Amino acid sequence: MTSRIEILNDGGYRSDGRKQYELRDIVIDLTQKGTADGSATITHGLTEVLVEVFGPREAKVRSQTMHDRALINVEVNIMPFSTGERRKRGRGDKRILELGSTIKSTFEPVVQTSLYPRSEIDVFVHVLQQDGGLLQASINATTLALINAGIPLHDFVCAVTGGVHSTSPLLDLTTLEENDVPHVTVAVLPRTKKVTLVTMETRLHADRFEDIFRLACEAGDVIHKEMKRAVMERAKKLVTAMDMGSRLAPAGAGDGVEKDTMVDDSNDY
Amino acid sequence: MPRPPSPSIPEKEFVYNALKQSLRLDGRQALEMRTPVLTFGPELGWVEVAMGKTRVIAQVDGKMVKPPPERPLEGIVTIHSEISPMASTDYEPGRPTDEEVTMTRMLDKVLRRSDALDKESLCVQAGQRVWHLRLTIHCLADAGNLLDCACLAGIVALKHFRRPEVEVVGDEVTIHPPSERAPLPLSLHHTPFCLTFAYFPDPSTPPILDPTYLEQRLSAGLLSIALNAQKELIVVQKAGGVPLAPDEILRIIEVAVMKVKELDRIVESRLKEDIAGRHIEVR
Repeated sequence: MTSRIEILNDGGYRSDGRKQYELRDIVIDLTQKGTADGSATITHGLTEVLVEVFGPREAKVRSQTMHDRALINVEVNIMPFSTGERRKRGRGDKRILELGSTIKSTFEPVVQTSLYPRSEIDVFVHVLQQDGGLLQASINATTLALINAGIPLHDFVCAVTGGVHSTSPLLDLTTLEENDVPHVTVAVLPRTKKVTLVTMETRLHADRFEDIFRLACEAGDVIHKEMKRAVMERAKKLVTAMDMGSRLAPAGAGDGVEKDTMVDDSNDY
Repeated sequence: MPRPPSPSIPEKEFVYNALKQSLRLDGRQALEMRTPVLTFGPELGWVEVAMGKTRVIAQVDGKMVKPPPERPLEGIVTIHSEISPMASTDYEPGRPTDEEVTMTRMLDKVLRRSDALDKESLCVQAGQRVWHLRLTIHCLADAGNLLDCACLAGIVALKHFRRPEVEVVGDEVTIHPPSERAPLPLSLHHTPFCLTFAYFPDPSTPPILDPTYLEQRLSAGLLSIALNAQKELIVVQKAGGVPLAPDEILRIIEVAVMKVKELDRIVESRLKEDIAGRHIEVR
């Protein structure tokens, strides 16, 4: 049942205090979780998604591998506590299967799979909190996790949701807005400005669609900036940590970065 | 059964080279659809759609049930579509392939979630009795673009179906069989049609509409658009595949708008023809 909350009031503010084209707060966490080769948690406002990537590694089911490329498997797991009411969702739920296969087809042309023939890249998507923009957050988190795992990609994939409330376009919708307003999810490749994913499931007039579509493509660039910043920060942290390691060693303290420290093995046995 | 063997290299090269010159194997233009052939069955709500060699049967039947407590004023519509191996050796019973999941979800979005059918008109007695319509889709043969064919069959079957007239007097509900009173058509808000475009790895190859089996297998990406004749988009689905410029996608939407007008005309004329040939009125 729709509540009586206004989607966009006369002052141009939305139900959560944002303006029309304002995106929600983005928090990116690239610290390693468990044994995954790459993991990333992204939070868009209240929507939080964790993605873990394993691979490229030897395939579990040999018969499904391809002789010239890596196989990408995506499994989506929506936590029962992710929405307001606790609800356990079966693995075979068509909506979840569709989400998984959408993410898989989005990344197949972007990941350089031809570099890893006969292997498998496993992507596990865990949805921790849902407040609208599920596909958007899953795709962004998957991009970051793949980068974190060191898997070569052609480009970032940045996704954003958009909607149209009567004639005003809105960006980055919450659950409240998604239930009320026709919306579309767009994923772009920022370097070439091309669109790799467009999904819309609600009725919208073709002219309104054009407005929100172009807007969402531009918004992808903003998300790209945030993602790039987070990846650079993480890389800097790792490099500094490695530096520290070499600086604390007794030998080669003078030059610091250039010289590798030689470990003396002679007394080990 | 493992994945089906992909087309052979000579087939692949031939199709790619031909498409680069805008030549398709069956002689169609790049943006030309196969004209759908609609055959209506003896019962109302039974239709077979053939687009080239792709054939799909759709059937609607309805019965009265008690509505669920959370939605006492709306009817229920369920869509049952399973692709059996009869359609093609690609499909196995019991295990939905990626393509099957996509098709089931698209049918769901286009026919159910798009609110094409007015569910409130299916309510007979609030909280007590509503119509439960079951749309069953059988895919007989897959010669490419099963999705468009199935969506077309589904919506035509819904337009063709007539439900018995129901009279409610106080608490008494009488269902009049078709022989007593003329059955009524369902009330549809709009008529959605689905169009699928295929893109190929070589960027100089133009997109094609309504791919055949071979073209679908060799495509690098599919863009499915469901819309109605009033220029309203119902579903836009491009999941991965070749990345496209935003202008290209908007151009394809314009093409789809034109094609849907044609499709609408064909469907309306066939439906009128068929209904005129039947005796639905009381003797």
